[in-house]
Amino acid sequence: MSSVVEDAHHDEHSSGIMRWITTTNHKDIGTLYLWFAMIMFFIGGLMALIIRAELFQPGLQFVDPQFFNSMTTMHALVMIFGVIMPAFTGLANWMIPMMIGGPDMALPRMNNWSFWILPFAFSMLLSTLWMDGGAPAGGWTLYPPLSLQTGDAFPFLIFSIHFMGLSSIMGAINIVATILNMRAPGMTLMKMSLFVWTWLITGFLLIAVMPVLAGGVTMLLTDKFFGTSFFNAAGGGDPVMFQHIFWFFGHPEVYILILPSFGVVSAIIPVFARKPLFGYSSMVYATASIAFLSFIVWAHHMFTVGMPLAGEVFFMFATMLIAVPTGVKVFNWVTTMWKGAMTFETPMLFAIGFIIMFTIGGFSGLMLAITPADFQYHDTYFVVAHFHYVLVPGSIFAIMAACYFWLPKWTGNMYPETLGKIHFWLSTFFVNLTFFPMHFVGLAGMPRRIPDYSLQFADYNMLATYGAFGFGFAQLIFLYIVIRTIRVGEKVTNEVWEGAESEGLEWTLPSPPPYHTFNTPPEIK
Amino acid sequence: MKFLNLKKFLFLVIINFLGSSAYAGWLDLNMPKGVTDISQEVYSLHMLILYICCIIGVIVFGAMFWSILKHRKSKGVIPATFYESTKLEFLWTIVPFVILVGMAVPATKVLIKMYDHGESEIHIKITGYQWLWQYEYLNADVSFYSKLSTPYNEIYNKQKKNENYLQEVDNELVVPINKKIRLLLTSNDVLHAWWVPDLALKRDAIPGFINEMSVNISKPGIYRGSCAELCGRHHGFMPIVIRAIEENEYKKWLANASKTKSSDLAVTKKIKGE
Repeated sequence: MSSVVEDAHHDEHSSGIMRWITTTNHKDIGTLYLWFAMIMFFIGGLMALIIRAELFQPGLQFVDPQFFNSMTTMHALVMIFGVIMPAFTGLANWMIPMMIGGPDMALPRMNNWSFWILPFAFSMLLSTLWMDGGAPAGGWTLYPPLSLQTGDAFPFLIFSIHFMGLSSIMGAINIVATILNMRAPGMTLMKMSLFVWTWLITGFLLIAVMPVLAGGVTMLLTDKFFGTSFFNAAGGGDPVMFQHIFWFFGHPEVYILILPSFGVVSAIIPVFARKPLFGYSSMVYATASIAFLSFIVWAHHMFTVGMPLAGEVFFMFATMLIAVPTGVKVFNWVTTMWKGAMTFETPMLFAIGFIIMFTIGGFSGLMLAITPADFQYHDTYFVVAHFHYVLVPGSIFAIMAACYFWLPKWTGNMYPETLGKIHFWLSTFFVNLTFFPMHFVGLAGMPRRIPDYSLQFADYNMLATYGAFGFGFAQLIFLYIVIRTIRVGEKVTNEVWEGAESEGLEWTLPSPPPYHTFNTPPEIK
Repeated sequence: MKFLNLKKFLFLVIINFLGSSAYAGWLDLNMPKGVTDISQEVYSLHMLILYICCIIGVIVFGAMFWSILKHRKSKGVIPATFYESTKLEFLWTIVPFVILVGMAVPATKVLIKMYDHGESEIHIKITGYQWLWQYEYLNADVSFYSKLSTPYNEIYNKQKKNENYLQEVDNELVVPINKKIRLLLTSNDVLHAWWVPDLALKRDAIPGFINEMSVNISKPGIYRGSCAELCGRHHGFMPIVIRAIEENEYKKWLANASKTKSSDLAVTKKIKGE
């Protein structure tokens, strides 16, 4: 077999826009996913800034309350389904085949499809902003009966969620199939990078719960247009049942948004600590335990709906249990750093920032698990602070850490280090300025999802708004760094980071890697 | 030049931060202790968990920062090579578990107490509407609507905001102190949630279902809360105000209310366009 000829044949791809539309290459599709997430990050961020601008001072200044509700709803949908999930899928596309020594994803044509659904889904979702009755304003949780009051936007909302779900399910099937089938000989499961492990588990979570969401929203659709009464008490239905269905999807979804970050951080810390990851197998088991527990804690989002005592107690205990495997992870990271020889390049800074601020989010999560106290915290800014701590300096910081960590590998160019550090410190300062005061206003009694508030909350809301604008503008630095690094930069070696080569197959490839890699499987020691 | 502006901005932020904390004071930034036995217990539980979290945080972050300071390549450290310890893994699985049990026991006790509704003489049915509350005293002929009374001019910044901005209503819910009161909660349209922080009570108002809460207020006063479940355009504008008074005053109020409130009701209905 003449491998030279074959390589030449495979490297042919259309040029211009058709390259991206017809691509079945995991690296191209990874890039598409990541750019899509970047664009959505700024769109969702703009919505956040509209929210924060309105909340800068008490009183109604800029937007109508209905539009405000649309902004909170759309901000959540865009950030969850349009930023964090596609960004992690993009990272998976780029890295998993290179990490396991496979030539590409297992299902390359489906890979193309699962990405290209997304722009349509989000065009549809964003187009609702200009529809009669406005964009969806019932919260991203879509609780009926309120969500059924949505105007013309409603069917578009539901169908766009169906599409996002389709895209995620196909992406997840592809990733699971890739990990289980495309590993190089000798790459046993317990030799895989933790990023691959966390994505394998995330993939199963996605396959399990996205259909549940699809079912739930379809029932909303038939309630609205076809006279069914799934969630209408007057017709024998139950509005609370929707919440159970939604959160049966929603809680595993929370871990879909965070498990890959654990993988990213577990990949970064050992490289910059120059020391192997501590407790690899316990990390794998902890991830699996978190995934299992995520299926039996959903009703902790619903402590105030009036469940029986036994239900409240069960969900409180199950939720508290999650602290155990999550704690194991944090302890393992800290122990990996212990007695290492650390340097603090930008990816390491973001990873350490992740550990600290994710843990803060974990603490508030533990507090929220305590049912009697949750009656006070529920639906206040305390909750807003909690989930933004785990999602922004949690998931988003992990994604940024991953970008800084792997960008030199992807492009062959080193990013500007000083600018990266400035980006990190500005982001960290402003993210805390935005979200830390929210703990206090929440405890003091400010409900979430309100466009206007009473006077005692004014000072801290003003601070949060400063923080949000600062954070938003700091991200332009990130955009600049990414574009610049793609174009120019100091050339990097194969291993990019000192001693990274022993950390995984991806670092044995050239930087940038050729269009097709591992056409012949590498040797695994 | 750019840097100078940044400095100026940070300076402003810090000044603002110091200024505001001096002005607001610690008490306004924490969960209220409230005015019922339950709310006191919830507050203590909240503080207990917070302190435990803080201690764990100090230990974990302390170890981490120690490591960040000491175990640096720039200090010429040769990295260690250990990567496993079953003992350690076992230890930090068991210890957090024991701490969690320590948290779960008091939490469950408080929860059981909250669910003990028992006997009460006063029953009030609360119904959520978009965007006001209805209160019906079930063993008296009193029923009225309660909605935001803050003038639009204040909301739209045409007039100075008063101190109870967005926390004032036309008809307050009046209850006696030192009496167990049973509150029955439902909704007429979408989901709402009835929440008064000082009473540590929050339950969803669900159309077609009735939720139950009980409360025993120990101190006379006015307690303010709001709707806590997104319910549409005016979700932020449906406050709750409770006036807790001595029992004899309450009886007088009730007798008076059964005569006059019915006319208020008519007025409210007219406004709602019914």
